[in-house]
Amino acid sequence: MSQATLRVQKISGHAGSVPGDDAQREYAVCKLIDTTTCIGCKACEVACMEWNDLPFGQTVFDNTYQTMPETRWNYWNLILFNEHEKEDGSLMWLMRKNQCMHCADPGCLAACPSDGAIVQYTNGIVDFQQANCIGCGYCITGCPFDIPKMNPKTNRVFKCTLCADRVSEGLEPACIKSCPTGCLHFGSKEDMLDIAEKRAKQLREHFDFPSAGVYNPQGVGGTGVVYVLHDATKPELYGGLPSNPSIPWSVKLWKGPLKWLGNAAMLGGLIGLVVHYLRFGPKEREETIKEAHEGAEP
Amino acid sequence: MTNGWVDIKNTDMMLIMGGNPAENHPCGFKWAMEAKRNRNAKIISVDPRFTRTSSVADQFCQIRAGTDIAFLGGVINYAIQNNRIAHEYLVNYTNAAFVVDSDFKLPADTDGVFSGFNEAKTSYDRSSWNYASAGGAKAAAGTAAPAPLPPMPEKVDFDLTLQNPNCVFQLLKKHYSRYTPEIIERITGIPKQEFLKAADLFTSVRKDGDMKKAATIIYAVGWTHHSFGTQIIRTAAMLQLLLGNVGRAGGGVNALRGHSNIQGATDMAGLYDTIPGYLKVPTPADGSFDAWMKRTTPTASKPAPWESWNYYSNTSKFATSFMKTMYGDAATKENGWAFDYLPKVDRDYSWTNLWNDMYNGTVKGMLAFGMNGVAIGPDSNKNIDALKKADWLVVGEIYQDETSEFWKSPRVIAQGDMKQIQTTVYRLPCAGFAEKDGSFTNSARWLLWKNAAVPTPGDCRLDQAIVAEIFLKVRDLYKKEGGKFPDPILKLSWNYTVPMNPPLAEVLKELNGKALADLEDPVTKVQIKAGQQLPGFAWLKDDGTTACGNWIYSGCYTEAGNQTARRDPSDPSNMGVHAGWGWSWPANRRVLYNRASCDVDGKPWDPTRRQVWWNEDQQKWVGNDVPDFKADSKPKDHMGPFIMNAEGVGRIFAPLAAFADGPFPEFYEPIESPVENLLHAARSHNPVVTKFKDADDKFGTPQQGFNVVCTTFRLTEHYHYWTKNNPMNVQLVPEPFIEIGAEMANEMGIRGGEKVKVSSARGDYIAKAMVTKRIKPMLIDGKKTYQIGIPFHWGYRGIAEDEGKTSLKMVNALTHTATDPNAHTPEFKGFLVKVEKA
Repeated sequence: MSQATLRVQKISGHAGSVPGDDAQREYAVCKLIDTTTCIGCKACEVACMEWNDLPFGQTVFDNTYQTMPETRWNYWNLILFNEHEKEDGSLMWLMRKNQCMHCADPGCLAACPSDGAIVQYTNGIVDFQQANCIGCGYCITGCPFDIPKMNPKTNRVFKCTLCADRVSEGLEPACIKSCPTGCLHFGSKEDMLDIAEKRAKQLREHFDFPSAGVYNPQGVGGTGVVYVLHDATKPELYGGLPSNPSIPWSVKLWKGPLKWLGNAAMLGGLIGLVVHYLRFGPKEREETIKEAHEGAEP
Repeated sequence: MTNGWVDIKNTDMMLIMGGNPAENHPCGFKWAMEAKRNRNAKIISVDPRFTRTSSVADQFCQIRAGTDIAFLGGVINYAIQNNRIAHEYLVNYTNAAFVVDSDFKLPADTDGVFSGFNEAKTSYDRSSWNYASAGGAKAAAGTAAPAPLPPMPEKVDFDLTLQNPNCVFQLLKKHYSRYTPEIIERITGIPKQEFLKAADLFTSVRKDGDMKKAATIIYAVGWTHHSFGTQIIRTAAMLQLLLGNVGRAGGGVNALRGHSNIQGATDMAGLYDTIPGYLKVPTPADGSFDAWMKRTTPTASKPAPWESWNYYSNTSKFATSFMKTMYGDAATKENGWAFDYLPKVDRDYSWTNLWNDMYNGTVKGMLAFGMNGVAIGPDSNKNIDALKKADWLVVGEIYQDETSEFWKSPRVIAQGDMKQIQTTVYRLPCAGFAEKDGSFTNSARWLLWKNAAVPTPGDCRLDQAIVAEIFLKVRDLYKKEGGKFPDPILKLSWNYTVPMNPPLAEVLKELNGKALADLEDPVTKVQIKAGQQLPGFAWLKDDGTTACGNWIYSGCYTEAGNQTARRDPSDPSNMGVHAGWGWSWPANRRVLYNRASCDVDGKPWDPTRRQVWWNEDQQKWVGNDVPDFKADSKPKDHMGPFIMNAEGVGRIFAPLAAFADGPFPEFYEPIESPVENLLHAARSHNPVVTKFKDADDKFGTPQQGFNVVCTTFRLTEHYHYWTKNNPMNVQLVPEPFIEIGAEMANEMGIRGGEKVKVSSARGDYIAKAMVTKRIKPMLIDGKKTYQIGIPFHWGYRGIAEDEGKTSLKMVNALTHTATDPNAHTPEFKGFLVKVEKA
């Protein structure tokens, strides 16, 4: 990924300050998805595949119009289709474009132990650097939206980059460009929130959606992808969008207050190693061979 | 479309019915969303299934497939009963005030048929479907057999108070008074309260007599694919006239075309009964050019104080110029512009008839380009049986398809008679759309030129090169060997710079037309030299001094160049006109009948959406769009805005020969339906429908167990039968399925993903069930009735097919060949099936 025109704001597994973080902050970019004007045409899915040159995968019929059950390492943009029967018996067919939310406080980044495998640019884009990825999969558990996926062959994790390569050149993400209905917008976070709030107000006042609202969850510090929902009180209807997502406590503790514990444990392990060597000497060769054989048995 | 895609952004109300634009026209659908976002416009979606269009609609009504006329007739009734009509528009711009012949009878009075029905011939004598003459005298019908229809009276009797019991408005009111919410519920399955809500919402644009708002009706083949399809569209047109929505920005009756260039195909006489520009073909009874013109040129018929431009009075100019394009110098005044060279059409040569003729051995071969015949036509099995009997078949395609491999169909394999098939099949590798230049004519009548993006691969050739080579070889044979009548071939004009591969730009120039002699406009004194391109069809002459291949396309390629290649996006009025983007027929006019966007005095109904208006200072019609009117006709002269009708006004009552099955649409059941017609059980179906009676032409009944209503549809993710060859599309929707409502599936013990077998009287189809809440059971005349839908994109050739993932059959093995008597379109939407676990 070209980083020539992007400035890193946060770095995974990195001690010390972020280089250049004293520089003036760029405005945060944001994608606005108005689910009330999404027609589920999947142009964004195709554009994502094509721009990112993602390889085709097999899909199987699964009693739905949804292309596949969830995003894949090689399928970053997926419209979720959900049939919802309202209390009055009328039907809603909810379509929500699902992809990385580009959280302001990214759980993936917080969970990642590898220096530089996940970065957040000053414009808010959270980007995986596969060259630095160690394949531990911690980012997957750290994500409250279940987005990053691992390629089992290469043990590297992938997800939507918000087309950082396009954005860095002043272009909109590929999905935005392909959307035929104007359901997708791209711009500064401030502008997108403004458009989203106005649209939600219009839906409340002129259409039959009294609970329309904007999804920009504060549990992860707000997101670089915001939704307009017909019913903002029930985001779960839209394919399990969490109503109050946050970074898992385990990740928060482990990478926060308890980080010293890990470091202490690591130090303890090292001390133990040295003490073991001093006490018992080097390992016998015969034993090593035997253990290796046992290890080979499944 | 009377209007256009971009114009939809101007609407306040959309009735989307018989179409699913969010799925099948997602790019054009942006304008519907613009209207919602910018005008708070509402969408009413009426469909047999809850579709992706329904998902963004403000109201959805699930209708039983094929009952659209009942629904629309009910909305007409609601509008009249609740005075939600455009009174001034109705009186002045439609034939509502015209008095109808006293012999005319409505189906309510004549056992479910209109007056003049001949049971033995299953056709109508339409002479009573006429206006009354102002003098009271009746026009005499001719005495020759078959008796030609009487003409429309020159001076029509009328009553501007609309009170005359035989005036069109009173007949309309009486006819649709039977379409009550109660009967609509029993016929369509739409609960009364839902129907009333939809009717109230749609007609709310005329609440309290307000004329500012506009509503549009948007449809596609969900309306045309019926044995009464034309009449569904008629009902919509009548409703729009009643509400004063035709000719208005954001209004109109808008057909969405299912392919990039279907509109162009129709304009260029893709149908057998027209020549380019919708002129009627000559028949053997037309002994001469003049007789042909006399039969096909209407004369004005109107109330005496009004004016009617009757633009089709220019028919001979269009036809003469067409003949000059076809035959050049060989078309002379003396030989009736080579009238004898033009084929005469003696009967119905529509699609289903051609296949039927092949099935019966009279058609021996077929050139199949740009279509997958056995898959797209109804009753695929019959079509495959027909191809088995042909001597030869030529398929020009980019993929091997079901037609070019009909001999590999599961039916042929099952019957084990592949070796008996003697048909010689020639497969010609053709070019894909990105490999060709040329113009597309879109749904909005816009001609848009495109350049070839990539060269054709390998041995692939352009369609026109293949057709040209065949023609030139045939011409050589005629030159060498003579023949019964070689002149139409030998004298056909073929003046292209590359005769073996005519450049399409030259063909487009030919369609636009040119001057064959120096011309001068008598008023403006503008001159055009011989050989120059014509600026438009107003210049066409019937003295042989102009040539024009298609009069409605005249103006598309002028001396200023190829107008269809223009790409100026500007739109100063912000009305979505974009006059410099491509070129639209006729005369680069974007909204047809736009004179009707103004009141009688020539002032726009809505000053915020001004299209055209009368300019008192200049004494002419001006506007943001090109006025669809005689530019200097003063409002006080009361010329009708519907200049293509001899009456000058919109036809709520369609007189005489306009339609084969009635001057007002009447609800008839589909040929296969679960109930008798609740309006008149003895006359369930369209009495003048076309059916065949061959071994393959079987029809099922509920008594035989065919009790589920079935319709077919398309998906966003696939394009007809092509994209099943493209891995991207296959990834999006990998295999065929059958949409079944959750309650029906539950009752039958079918779970999503399990295979089900759907059978009609003609064939069967097996695919996995998609169990969905989006189709609900209906109460039809009180009886629980199920409805299913099947997307039709698959067959026996493609990625999934080759992997053995589909049933290898085609959905159209289920559909039958009963056709609309006007447009000859088969009834793909709405037939009966059985459903069982496979």
